[in-house]
Amino acid sequence: MAQPRALILRAPGTNCDVETAHAFGRAGAAPQTLHVNRALENPRLFDEYQIFCVPGGFSYGDDIAAGRIFGNQIRHHLAERLHAFREQGKLILGICNGFQVLAKSGVLFDDADVRAGSRPPATLAWNASGKFEDRWVRLVVEGSRCVFFRGIESMYLPVAHAEGQFIARDRETLASLAARGQIALRYAAMDDARQPTDRYPDNPNGSMAAVAGVCDATGRVCGLMPHPERHIDRTQHPRWTRGEGTDEGEGLRVFKNAVEYFR
Amino acid sequence: MLWEVDIYPAEGQTDLAAARLAAEAAELELAEDLQARVAHGYLIEGRLSRADAERVAGELLSDSVIERTVVGRPGDAALSESPGGRMQLVHVLPKPGVMDPVAQSALGAIADLGIEATAVRTFRKLWLGNLAPERLDRLCAKLLANESIEQVVVGPLAIDRLELGSPYAFQLKHVPLAALDDDALLRLSRQGQLYLSLDEMRTVQAHFRDLAREPTDVELETIAQTWSEHCSHKTLAGRIRYRDENGEKLFENMLKETIFAATAEIRRGLAADDWCVSVFKDNAGVIRFDDRHHVVFKVETHNHPSALEPYGGANTGVGGVIRDPLGTGLGAKPVCNTDVFCFAPPDTPAEDVPAGALHPKRVMKGVVAGVRDYGNRMGIPTVNGAVFFDPRYMGNPLVYCGNVGLLPVDKAEKQPQPGDYVVAVGGRTGRDGIHGATFSSAELTSDSETISGGAVQIGNAITEKMLLDVILAARDRGLYHAITDCGAGGFSSAVGEMGAEIGAEVWLDRVPLKYEGLSYCEIWISEAQERMVLAVPPARWEEFAALCQSEAVEATVIGRFVPTGRLVLLYHDQQVADLGMDFLHDGRPPVVREAVYAAPQENAIAPAVSQPPLSFTDNLLAILGSWNVASKEWIIRQYDHEVQGGSVIKPLVGVANDGPSDAAVLRPVLDSRRGIVLACGMNPRYADFDTYHMAASAIDEAVRNCVAVGADPRRIAILDNFCWGDCQKPETLGSLVRAALACHDVAIEWGTPFISGKDSLNNEFRFQAADGTQQSIAVPPTLLISALGQVDDVARCISMDLKEPGNFLYQVGLTKDELGGSHFALVTGRPGGRVPRVDTALARRVFASLHAAIAAGLVRACHDMSEGGLAVTAAEMAFAGGLGARIELANAPTDIEAAKGDAAAHAHATAALLFSESNTRFLCEVRPDAVARFEALVAGVPHASVGQVVGGNWLEIVAAGPDAPVIAAELSTLKNAWQSPLRWK
Repeated sequence: MAQPRALILRAPGTNCDVETAHAFGRAGAAPQTLHVNRALENPRLFDEYQIFCVPGGFSYGDDIAAGRIFGNQIRHHLAERLHAFREQGKLILGICNGFQVLAKSGVLFDDADVRAGSRPPATLAWNASGKFEDRWVRLVVEGSRCVFFRGIESMYLPVAHAEGQFIARDRETLASLAARGQIALRYAAMDDARQPTDRYPDNPNGSMAAVAGVCDATGRVCGLMPHPERHIDRTQHPRWTRGEGTDEGEGLRVFKNAVEYFR
Repeated sequence: MLWEVDIYPAEGQTDLAAARLAAEAAELELAEDLQARVAHGYLIEGRLSRADAERVAGELLSDSVIERTVVGRPGDAALSESPGGRMQLVHVLPKPGVMDPVAQSALGAIADLGIEATAVRTFRKLWLGNLAPERLDRLCAKLLANESIEQVVVGPLAIDRLELGSPYAFQLKHVPLAALDDDALLRLSRQGQLYLSLDEMRTVQAHFRDLAREPTDVELETIAQTWSEHCSHKTLAGRIRYRDENGEKLFENMLKETIFAATAEIRRGLAADDWCVSVFKDNAGVIRFDDRHHVVFKVETHNHPSALEPYGGANTGVGGVIRDPLGTGLGAKPVCNTDVFCFAPPDTPAEDVPAGALHPKRVMKGVVAGVRDYGNRMGIPTVNGAVFFDPRYMGNPLVYCGNVGLLPVDKAEKQPQPGDYVVAVGGRTGRDGIHGATFSSAELTSDSETISGGAVQIGNAITEKMLLDVILAARDRGLYHAITDCGAGGFSSAVGEMGAEIGAEVWLDRVPLKYEGLSYCEIWISEAQERMVLAVPPARWEEFAALCQSEAVEATVIGRFVPTGRLVLLYHDQQVADLGMDFLHDGRPPVVREAVYAAPQENAIAPAVSQPPLSFTDNLLAILGSWNVASKEWIIRQYDHEVQGGSVIKPLVGVANDGPSDAAVLRPVLDSRRGIVLACGMNPRYADFDTYHMAASAIDEAVRNCVAVGADPRRIAILDNFCWGDCQKPETLGSLVRAALACHDVAIEWGTPFISGKDSLNNEFRFQAADGTQQSIAVPPTLLISALGQVDDVARCISMDLKEPGNFLYQVGLTKDELGGSHFALVTGRPGGRVPRVDTALARRVFASLHAAIAAGLVRACHDMSEGGLAVTAAEMAFAGGLGARIELANAPTDIEAAKGDAAAHAHATAALLFSESNTRFLCEVRPDAVARFEALVAGVPHASVGQVVGGNWLEIVAAGPDAPVIAAELSTLKNAWQSPLRWK
């Protein structure tokens, strides 16, 4: 396939759709942004795309909890369609609020036990600092399961969120996610990019096991709190005036991986 | 059926809200060791069974990984079970009718579950232990709730219904004016919250006498809104007789003859190269950016609402100013925010806070949270700002909110056409903000809250984001002829202004309401947030309505523009108002004001210590740790300053991403390298000396901040925002006119046009002191200058952090003995001195030369020299870059001469070289191999190499002569002094 089509789905309050579409475009995909109401009216439109992305923002104001209302809409109206989308070997990406949405929609984690009435495997809670924070973090990629992080060892990206603290249901769940290679991205120490850290602010939100991003068992569904679309150009790096950073930025690779997956 | 859902942190989870509550109670001296447990909850009304309520609680309202819920009917014992032993239960709820965005969203999401609910209200449930009963009231009033928008229920909630409002029975009201004498007219003006002057009331009276009828209530309200200071700027655009040491000057229209006149002269001079598009006309100023886009810029203030309810006031301040660019031309896309605040010092002892004023720390935290929550949710990066502290902002904080938008070049003009529908889009109308426009014309008093509670509002950013999304889509499809925001004055201002040239008829009964019971008059003047008014041609209405519906945005035809020259209001076909547009817009009697200015006597500043060995290290640390200079990282990081992906120079820069940038740079168009530059300037301390020099210095600071990062000084547009005390006092108004004269002079000399502005003229807080006397605090004259610069290629921009050891440090610009109003004077308690002036002709050359050097790539780092002078500038550059520096004062360009051997004069000169705040100065880092070319470019202006970047972690500044360093400090010590004041949790 020459150029995969990427559907960027926005809801009221989504606000990173433009730069996310721009990043997919730069990476070689053909992005299109649509309002969630279009997908609810016509769920078949997913058939026309190879990549489905929920971008950052404050869907429905993050009222009640971040990503909850948009997540519930997906859970109640689009779950089967997205299950099929994944089974067709296509890719699903949630960035920041998109991660929160996917985590709360049941798309990201195996939801069988939730349907049976028990608690979901994990959630994204309020930052341990108790406030919204915008800062750059060092990230380390774990394993090779996640399609989006192939060939990447570490990245330097910004986070900007209030509710990004990854909390697993319990230690066993965390261990099994790790064992299946689903913990794809962790916050690393600023002075050692290989070392996951609990230390604030390198771990900006107090996430358990420094989890910054996870994928599903197939590696084709991924959610992450940091914003790769905010680092696709040298001048976005906070220290580019000191000669740091690369022309493409370290986030572009995430989008290129998605495109290359279909080559 | 009404259900209550309480949501607590699950066993083992941290109760963040409780920890914060206890910390804040201790901080505000309300309770030493408060034990607290905090839940948040929902009241849900509708046809719900217990199973439904539990499903809503489990599937929607709570997160079972981290939370537990209690579900019951209000009054159930289970809801009153303390989670932590003997504790006092308190509920805090938004007052009925106050915007509750979470409740609105929850209502929609419950429907999505297939469950029928009719109303939702949120609340906080607080369990308080270790609190003496007699301290509860004070804790509630000072911390737990703001009674202008919230109510406190002590004990279990006893509530049985949520539905609001009751049917409205129409009754047309007239206000008898004809027989009133002057006293009665004034009483009516005040008690009716019209805030019109006697002269204005008489004019209205005469107008209706001529018509041989009495006005209706809504006619009178419409006139009061249109003629309010907030909407018409009658004082500054009025007749003023001004006197100062140069004699007397009569202004017919003061703003037009000073600030507007400067812009007009600049534009005439630029002729074909004029890059201004629309100035002082539309909702924001418009200038050229590139072939495809203009940029627009507007800064507003929201002071009085923020004094009463800091969160809501700042929140709706941001929401309001975003609607200005959106209502400019046919609608600009907002690309960044800027926010500047003035507060009393946050460490003010609780007992020094007068009755009726909120503690400044609470004000500050509320304002920051309000800006954060609105800006972040809108997805607009907040990239620039400033915070200024002075005790005179007690009770009357200043909150300036600005927004820059991007406007396609073919969308700059708007013109409603006769026959177009008047269309209201966005949020519904409620009793919110009634009398906001006239309220801002009144001074604040300690009982403002009880009079004007209706003027306080909470915003709903997502409603505005939805509005923004559909409006930009409708704009690009050409579905309307004109647009304006519904701000102060509500429909009254929006429709009145838009239809001024044509005439309009409005059908008030069609306006969608939040709840029943609003009178026609309340509908017309409500200032409910998140609404815009559009002129939609009937032929495009169907397409426009369908577009709005597709994104669930409400749009309603509420009237029509008709070529009558009249404003006619109808309620269910009954005429309730009929006003001539000419009387409404041109009938106001001119305001005539006296203004005088007498510059205070210039006194010499008390001399610096003269005992050798001279050391100023402690002074430097004190300035770095003073509220105004200290790091604002605590605020900046709470704002998303990178959303939209165009961030180039961030507000925090340097090796550890924490140094203070002079200006922000961003690329508003992602496939272009062209950038905009945002900066500001303000120094109310100089106003105590001379408001002319204060204003000139503010402009200098705003422009030099732009130039420091690489902006082209020939392409900088500026905005003025005057916040002054009571301008009925000739001295107060005189100090403002004097500032406006400086604006005129400096703008013309530099070719830096003002493109928009706003004033807020009654910033005084009146209260009853403990001894029973009436007292008043006026804010210092506070002029904010906001600057919008441009760069061709953002890759040419530079930051302020030192880059490499071995590079030379150049001071560009001249240091004078100008310590008056300086931060050195502040931290050492020295009155007097000479206030910094601007040598406009020299400044113009300095800006041009330095820009040439930056554009040629010869400057590695550049920082503007402002509060704290050379010493603070060098310290900030050093610790931001993590590199030491050595500076020799003997080389600094200066006109200060100290007689040889005079120890006192030497000490004073040294203090001035270190800390003088003379304008138009920069400290630049230049590579050795670029020195020759750099020197050639700045040859025509004062400059000198004053030192070098060195390895290590010390800043060392040496004076002339054999002294040891006058400043020597480790970078970590300097940085810690700078970061510690606002290193808040």
